[in-house]
Amino acid sequence: MKTINEINEIREKTLSEISLRKDINYKGNEKHILVCGGTGCTSSHSDKIISKMNAIIEEKNIENVRVIRTGCFGLCAKGPIIIIRPEDTFYAMAQEEDVEEIFEKHILNGEIVERLLCKDIDGNTVKRLDELNFYKKQKRVVLKNCGMIDPENIDEYIAFDGYKALEKVLTSMTPDDVVNEVKASGLRGRGGAGFPTGLKWEFTKKAVGDQKYVACNADEGDPGAFMDRSVLEGDPHALVEAMAIAAYAVGATKGYVYVRAEYPIAVRRLQRAIDQAREYGLLGKGIFGTEFEFDLEIRLGAGAFVCGEETALMESVEGHRGEPRPRPPFPANKGLFGKPTLLNNVETYANITQIILNGAEWFGSIGTEKSKGTKVFAVGGNINNVGLVEVPMGTTLREIIFDIGGGIPGGREFKAAQTGGPSGGCIPAEHLDTPIDYESLSAIGSMMGSGGLIVMDDTKCMVNIAKFFLDFTVDESCGKCPPCRIGTKRMNEILDRLTNGQGKEGDIEKLEELAKNIKRSSLCGLGQTAPNPVLSTLKYFRDEYEAHIKEKRCPSGECKAMTTVTIDKDKCKGCSLCAKNCPVNAISGELKSPFSIDPDKCIKCGVCIAKCPFKAISRK
Amino acid sequence: MEKVKITIDGIEMEVPKTYTILDAAREAGIDIPTLCHLKDINEIGACRMCIVEVEGARGFATSCVMPVAEGMVVRTNTPAIRDARKVTLELLLSAHDKKCLTCVRNKNCELQTLAEKMNIDELEFEGEMERHPIDDMCPSIVRDPNKCILCKRCVAMCKKVQKVGAIDTMNRGFKSVVGTAFDKSLDDVPCSLCGQCINVCPTGALSEKDATKEVWKALEDPTKHVVVQTAPAVRAAIGEEFGMPIGTLATGKMVAGLKRIGFDKVFDTNTGADLTIMEEGTEVIERIKENKNLPIITSCSPGWVRFAESSYPDLLNHLSSAKSPHQMFGAIIKSYYAEKAGIDPKDIFVVSVMPCVAKKAESKREEMNVNGLRDVDAVLTTREAARMMKQAGIDLNTIEDAEFDNPMGEATGAAVIFGTTGGVMEAALRTVSEILTGKELEKIDFEEVRGEEGLKEATIKIGDMDVKVAVAHGLANATKVMDSIKAGTCDYHFVEVMACPGGCVNGGGQPIHDAKTRATVDIRGLRAKALYDADKNLPIRKSHENPVIKKLYEEFLGEPGSEKAHELLHTHYHKREYFND
Repeated sequence: MKTINEINEIREKTLSEISLRKDINYKGNEKHILVCGGTGCTSSHSDKIISKMNAIIEEKNIENVRVIRTGCFGLCAKGPIIIIRPEDTFYAMAQEEDVEEIFEKHILNGEIVERLLCKDIDGNTVKRLDELNFYKKQKRVVLKNCGMIDPENIDEYIAFDGYKALEKVLTSMTPDDVVNEVKASGLRGRGGAGFPTGLKWEFTKKAVGDQKYVACNADEGDPGAFMDRSVLEGDPHALVEAMAIAAYAVGATKGYVYVRAEYPIAVRRLQRAIDQAREYGLLGKGIFGTEFEFDLEIRLGAGAFVCGEETALMESVEGHRGEPRPRPPFPANKGLFGKPTLLNNVETYANITQIILNGAEWFGSIGTEKSKGTKVFAVGGNINNVGLVEVPMGTTLREIIFDIGGGIPGGREFKAAQTGGPSGGCIPAEHLDTPIDYESLSAIGSMMGSGGLIVMDDTKCMVNIAKFFLDFTVDESCGKCPPCRIGTKRMNEILDRLTNGQGKEGDIEKLEELAKNIKRSSLCGLGQTAPNPVLSTLKYFRDEYEAHIKEKRCPSGECKAMTTVTIDKDKCKGCSLCAKNCPVNAISGELKSPFSIDPDKCIKCGVCIAKCPFKAISRK
Repeated sequence: MEKVKITIDGIEMEVPKTYTILDAAREAGIDIPTLCHLKDINEIGACRMCIVEVEGARGFATSCVMPVAEGMVVRTNTPAIRDARKVTLELLLSAHDKKCLTCVRNKNCELQTLAEKMNIDELEFEGEMERHPIDDMCPSIVRDPNKCILCKRCVAMCKKVQKVGAIDTMNRGFKSVVGTAFDKSLDDVPCSLCGQCINVCPTGALSEKDATKEVWKALEDPTKHVVVQTAPAVRAAIGEEFGMPIGTLATGKMVAGLKRIGFDKVFDTNTGADLTIMEEGTEVIERIKENKNLPIITSCSPGWVRFAESSYPDLLNHLSSAKSPHQMFGAIIKSYYAEKAGIDPKDIFVVSVMPCVAKKAESKREEMNVNGLRDVDAVLTTREAARMMKQAGIDLNTIEDAEFDNPMGEATGAAVIFGTTGGVMEAALRTVSEILTGKELEKIDFEEVRGEEGLKEATIKIGDMDVKVAVAHGLANATKVMDSIKAGTCDYHFVEVMACPGGCVNGGGQPIHDAKTRATVDIRGLRAKALYDADKNLPIRKSHENPVIKKLYEEFLGEPGSEKAHELLHTHYHKREYFND
């Protein structure tokens, strides 16, 4: 077990070794090569880059150069990402084959490898990370250590003020002080619903129980969302420390982190962080020489979306089928194993150490009046800079999508943005200037949600988008209550009809009737919000629904059942390439004469459109 | 108890703080519909039928689980509530196999009743239905998941009350289904076959395996001498099937109904129960004297026996080797009675009317035979017997009482209380005491083994001996006893176990009442009272004083526990293993 002094010594020693990562004026001769080891970059083989680099270092006996596998830098679209510090050179989409050149030129001779530098959306080549437009409007509070430290090394976390907040709390604050600080900060739940975090802490603190628990919801399930995963992969100790602080505040001695098993890297790093914290005595009995005792355990989820709902999560932790239970009782009074339990999301916890160290006032200075601090978004879909961004609350959607996200690829038009995952809604262009905060997003029929942000261009059919989300909900409904179990299925059947060109008069009204009742009758938040993707698209794109029903037409052309593929006789040269590539032999004709498509055989796959050298084939 | 003031639909009332909104509404005479709710057993808020509006609350409140609070203003009947309930019910109906006319629960189905109450006149949201195979491979229980509405009352009953856990929800969302491990038949999983799941099912998703057709067939066969015997608990419940109040003792009418159906003889299983007491009582005395395999545990309840064979195979030597009363009686009918009546036992068809579905499987056990003939050929539940009467145009309300046939129609008060928890124990104590002491009991009511408590313990003074007894009903309580035997932490001599909570009066074959009735009426208490009243009013109240039994031993069996008695009246048990294939 380490004393406060020993931790401070570790902090000073490690900081002296790694300060060059933050110090642009560093004049020493050391270099740190930071390679992203998040899930995105790992799947583009950043691990091979790291191995290769270490092999070269060993082979050539290079001194003063360290390779560090970090968490996510955010700009996943450009991965694998390599940053060389202190000069902060940013290499994008590098591969194993590029490593030798990076060493030959950059590491050994100080010469930048121009071809690997990243091109910004405006076409300018950037040398340094902070020159990218992507980062200019971001503010990293939650992600401050992601991409900066080695998440598997507790010393590096300690160097950048790690476990200082826990020390402060245990040595100079009462549990009430902590609760009050969190309350004063105005922090609200980042899992989506936005409940004031401090109030939750206060309820749990005041609840009577011989045993209390703190728990973390890391069952990130929204399609396309990876905010929590990135925190766990890039800065796991931030969660461990925050949960210890929370435990002190509410009077808990035991914590559970519920992580989905589909996050192997996150699980491994978090487990390592827990092990290291135990080794240093930062978990366990008598932390920092005080009476405080706390330990933490990981529970793996088996991939049910509903287990992100707090009561279902607790059922699952307890070893039961993951199904929501009615509230009240609320977890603060009767949570895990029937004991008072504080349950927060990963991102919520990740703000805590910063609030403790910098004060509630500092935190309150970021964001809007009712939504303080920052929010992390996983931005995906039809957008140039797919990745992870953290912005102050109040940033507009337009800023995120166009300034940070770099706009829509291929010169297409923006059509809608989807926030809040399957519980959220689609936001049309007219609301692009809405500031991101809990209330504003609700007001326009969507929700903050956990931070998934999916951008759609004008090729997307909004009926089909609604169906995509309903498909998800139907699959992920736990089946406990009939409105969600059967109602979403019935809605999906109607959407299926619509997108297949079999919509009937009255279908929209049926969708609305079902949506209204599923929202108000369902047992849990998942069911109560499941109809939102339909309701929001009906609100903003009702004409598309009507076109599907009345005209049997999909305005965006995405619903294949309602389109026909035809060959323009004037443009066709009779080359037969289309016929040769058609998988169902639907195209015939004589060479050098216009070909034609048999509509009964055509499956509208679009291969012929792609193959035609004369652009003679189109979908209508 | 602390009380709070609340207003429901304009009615101001003061109710205990521990009440739910549903409790309070029921007290106010307001009918809130429910489907999944089973008081104290299944309080999961799943079905969404009981939603109400609470002033100032966000969204609807789930009245079955929402506690009342001071000043709460509740509305149970608003347009939004009616609309929401109706849509939810329509959705349930859209995924339900609506074969009402041919359903065993036609006119006794909570879903059907709600559809009527909610004035469902068309189904707006029809769509795809999940289709699941029907499990009718089990001799006791049939499961039809296509009629299941996923209220999970059966799951809670099996898991929480019986601690068996043979069924649970499988799959997710629209594909959810209540099923067994590896989708096996109930017969091939550690299900006790107690049938409590049937009694709590609001629809026809769970029912007994029908035996009425084979009984009709036997009745139509001129070569068959068809004998029916009725268990004690049946007479205390069968009237309910004809609209009589719960707790009506309808012995004479039941006998008359069965006679009119066309049974050649109507005998009383109680005679078999008296016989059981003679055999089991003798075993009790022997084992206590020899201090062998104590405690000795009753074996009348086939659900309990199957549970023991599945869960406590190492302790099977504690079970009494006596067959259950109707099996004993079947064996006697096909031997002693056949001889007396001059009928070839092969031509006798024995039907047992039982409050139980486990008896169906029990009667099919290999050991249950006499000279290669089945002890009992068919087992009908109380419900099936009533169904046959209705089919024959018989109304128990209007029929004149009749008496059991002789020579096997005489039974004692000791036998009649077999139908309720503690009854077998009390009957045995009456006989064992008098045999051991040779003195007449001053007080033959053993109050200490009566009542609703799940696990009753008592020390009974018999002569100079302190006999320690325990009575458990419901398999969760049986588990407690068995675990303490296994751990060696108890010193009982004699234990009674009944698989069903309350004993046979609440058996899995008894008339089914809806959840609201179950919550508001002490069904098993009333039925038990009917049996205790019957006991009190009978001239003979001790098994060993039954003249029929005395004669049976004199003329045929010799002594209790004799070789002949063992051959006909005793059985053995075996360990059950599952999932080996």
